[in-house]
Amino acid sequence: MVFAPAELGEVGIAPRHAPLLTRLKAGELRIQTPTETLSLFVSGGLLEVQPNQVMVLANSFIRTSEIDEAKTREAKLAAEAFLASSAESVDVARAEAELAEMTERLRVLDRLRKRGQLR
Amino acid sequence: MAGTKEIRTQIRSIESTRKITRAMEMVAASKIRRVQARMQASRPYLVRIRQVTGHLAVLRPEFPHPFLLPRSTMRGVGFLVIGTDRGLCGGLNINLIRTVWNEVRILNKQGISIRFAAIGQKALTGLRRLDATLVASVTHLGDRPAPENVIGPLRALLEDYRQGHIDRLVLAFNYFQNTMIQKPHLVTLLPIPAQRDPGLADHWDYLYEPDSVDLIDTWLTRYLEAETYQGLLENIASEQAARMVAMKSASENASTLIDTLKLAYNKARQAAITREIAEIVGGAAAV
Repeated sequence: MVFAPAELGEVGIAPRHAPLLTRLKAGELRIQTPTETLSLFVSGGLLEVQPNQVMVLANSFIRTSEIDEAKTREAKLAAEAFLASSAESVDVARAEAELAEMTERLRVLDRLRKRGQLR
Repeated sequence: MAGTKEIRTQIRSIESTRKITRAMEMVAASKIRRVQARMQASRPYLVRIRQVTGHLAVLRPEFPHPFLLPRSTMRGVGFLVIGTDRGLCGGLNINLIRTVWNEVRILNKQGISIRFAAIGQKALTGLRRLDATLVASVTHLGDRPAPENVIGPLRALLEDYRQGHIDRLVLAFNYFQNTMIQKPHLVTLLPIPAQRDPGLADHWDYLYEPDSVDLIDTWLTRYLEAETYQGLLENIASEQAARMVAMKSASENASTLIDTLKLAYNKARQAAITREIAEIVGGAAAV
């Protein structure tokens, strides 16, 4: 079973799911097999589902266990500071995306902690 | 002794040239591994997105996206040409540009107008001489270009396609086969060719979330960006490989040249000494 952060909300994909095409937003991607669970953070991307396979085309990904919380907070603050300082610039869009991604990373970490899945 | 001195300066200048070509060869050799790894790392992404895009082209979803529909008339063709920024890499850029030229010449004869965008300085200067309109260009991206870098020129040509200035879009770059072989590649990006996948059922379509129009557009744009970016990475790997080979043969040529000159130098020196001895002996005999 695969759980993915689709644009319209998280989708859970079980085997023989109907073919689906959607965009992903930043969030947690979970791949569960009977024996193990793989938890990844994707920054966004595309998702294709066929009855017998799921394809994730992520813009970038990182294992949630490898997210550095302190650095994420730092990057978030830096993005916020940047947005506050420069009113108009080509980099604003990039900073906004960065901010959204970092915020989402922290939220995923929080959620994992609540579930007790974080060390 | 006039001849020997000239030969010596010549030898020295060729030696310093050889130093440069050797250094460039080694730099290219060390870069190859890295750029090749980068190129191979992003190949799977392209393979996958190409697969699904092929499905979309076969399916002809309820909303036929302009990128998927072949056009009946052919008035203009767009070329997105990826070259290197620097020279000294053998015939890499020349071969690519000549391939594009040949294609353009055929199209020109049919009265089809050409628009092009260039990535890399050499592609830009090489194509300026053509009877074609330059739409966009980006140069000096370095060895580690970000995917965002290719978006500009691509967007410009996609806009041309949407507006009907061009009815076909071709991507041109050097395909990295191996270190010795790089081949100019022309790939038709638009209209996207349909790929029949025998493993798929004939009648099925995706569910699109949120809506098909928007989503297919995102998907196809992303696909085209992936193709272009991969082309750029292939071309960078080709550049380093071609430069290594070119500089290696340049160093070897310099070595042969130096050997020949050294031989000539020694001969000239020997001749001068013999002549001097002859003069001395001759002089002594006269006394």
